Amino acid sequence: MSMTEVAPAQVRADAKTVLEVRDVAKSFGGVHAVRGVTFDVREGEILGLIGPNGSGKSTLFNCILGQLAPTRGEVRVGGRSVTGLRPSQLNRLGIGRTFQLLQVFPQLTVRENLILAGQEHEGSRISRLFGPRDAGLSANAARMIDFFRLGHLADEKAGGLSYGQQKLLDCAMAFMAGPRLVLLDEPAGGVNLTMLGNLKERLQAINKETGATFVVIEHNMEFVMSLCTRILVLAEGQIIAEGPPDTIRKDPKVIEAYLGH
Amino acid sequence: MKRSLKNVVGLVAFIVLVFVPMDWTAVGIPWSGLKTYPTYALTLWLVTAIAAMGVNLIVGYAGQETLAQAAFLGIGAYTSALLHKAGVPFAFCFLAAGSMCFLIGIVLGFPALRVQKHYLAFVTLAFSVLVWLVIRNEEWLTGGTETLRNVRRPELFGLSLQRPAIYYYWFVLAVTSVLGALLWYILRSPWGRAFTALRENPVRAESLGIDVRTYTLLAFAIGSAYGGFAGSLFGPLVGILDPNSFVLGKSLEYMLMVVAGGSGYFLGPFVGAAVAVLLPETLRFAQDYYLIIFALLVMVLLAFCPTGILGLYERLTTRARRPHADDKGPTLGNSKTVAEAKS
Repeated sequence: MSMTEVAPAQVRADAKTVLEVRDVAKSFGGVHAVRGVTFDVREGEILGLIGPNGSGKSTLFNCILGQLAPTRGEVRVGGRSVTGLRPSQLNRLGIGRTFQLLQVFPQLTVRENLILAGQEHEGSRISRLFGPRDAGLSANAARMIDFFRLGHLADEKAGGLSYGQQKLLDCAMAFMAGPRLVLLDEPAGGVNLTMLGNLKERLQAINKETGATFVVIEHNMEFVMSLCTRILVLAEGQIIAEGPPDTIRKDPKVIEAYLGH
Repeated sequence: MKRSLKNVVGLVAFIVLVFVPMDWTAVGIPWSGLKTYPTYALTLWLVTAIAAMGVNLIVGYAGQETLAQAAFLGIGAYTSALLHKAGVPFAFCFLAAGSMCFLIGIVLGFPALRVQKHYLAFVTLAFSVLVWLVIRNEEWLTGGTETLRNVRRPELFGLSLQRPAIYYYWFVLAVTSVLGALLWYILRSPWGRAFTALRENPVRAESLGIDVRTYTLLAFAIGSAYGGFAGSLFGPLVGILDPNSFVLGKSLEYMLMVVAGGSGYFLGPFVGAAVAVLLPETLRFAQDYYLIIFALLVMVLLAFCPTGILGLYERLTTRARRPHADDKGPTLGNSKTVAEAKS
């Protein structure tokens, strides 16, 4: 079964730079996981970040998102340096993310997961204590539930959902606060083909409707090549190729990095 | 259990707690009420439940560890008693005890930002021992091993709560109800959802904009304040403050109460406190063996229902409802998802 074919998103010629990664490096003792990576992402772009296992993709993500402190380099979002900020601070600046492994809150319902994902963006902490229980987000959560076609599961505990449904919820949570930049770490991992088509279609729809920018780490080549406007290839912590999907597909360095010859 | 039924059960339980200790023989009902000691035990149960509510917030809802609740009880008890002896109205003493523990709770929360699980437990354990040493050694302030005597019960609108025992019991019941309602409100607010996120997945919580550091400190602060409030009520109940009431073993008991009652269940501390305070009393017929029987019962309880008594109750009621749930068909799982996605 093939996935739904939708044309990749187009980036406007005058689009601003949303994310700037400048010479970011990360070492763990003597292991250099990321070795001075530099790239930009423009508004509305869907950038794919691919590479063999252990090439430093997730480490680079974690450095960008404040989960890890880079050994050197700088990350700028919308022209502002965000190096060293905590993930919660970055999130409140409009940067969402998903994780390689499922990260929903199993004891909360689908609706509560979504409200939780948006509640810290509304009002002050004190107002959240004295304000409504849903932090005024029920309507937003309902819209997101409909958008990701989770309506029949809205009041089920997230822990009871299938893997694919949890992946959809995970993505929906990343978009709940209306981020301008979302970093998705292997969104297609472990998702069946039908669900994958559904996920890709939803991501493209958000990109088209809101102009949100994505950076996607993915091993599923069909998924990433059909979703992204541009691909970066990482191997041994360095960028070895960059360009549109069709060019990357034929690049001998990329083939060598993946096939090891 | 449906929410409306839960509300009715809660209301009935509250009414029973208000009226059961009273003597009803004058109105023709053959119930002479509770004598002084059972009323004292019931009051102690409520005071203990307040402190255990704090532990439940820290451990059961926010997923942290604490072995310091007895220390906070001690801080609250001495703060309140010393201020009351100095002539400060009890309401201020009570608030001062809670506020003091709230602030110290914030300080104790800082290690939780760096260490987790048993490492954090050891940090709080060290704090507990430190507080006990201060209480025992600073005799000029606390009386030390000589104890702080004549901790009197407060007056309420000119009415002394010193005796009969039921007056203070009603006072403590009212305070417990207010503190219980307050905690219920907090847990039902977005803060409660953030505490749950903290327990279930702090990394994901942080990535969603939840300031894990602030909420960790808040959980410690509020939970510790409940220890302080309980301490403020504990002193006037027993009338004498002895450092041995606040030793490390007592903190372990609070942890036991939360686990035995049901960690993360709102009523868990009440059930757990009943196990720790009231169950030993009911076993006194066994004389010298009553503590041995109590320990065995607790071991069996934790071995067979690690989610506590309320966890066991939920499991049993869920099992009883399962055939009905199956009637709804496969609402979850990949087959449903694939079918739905195809349509």
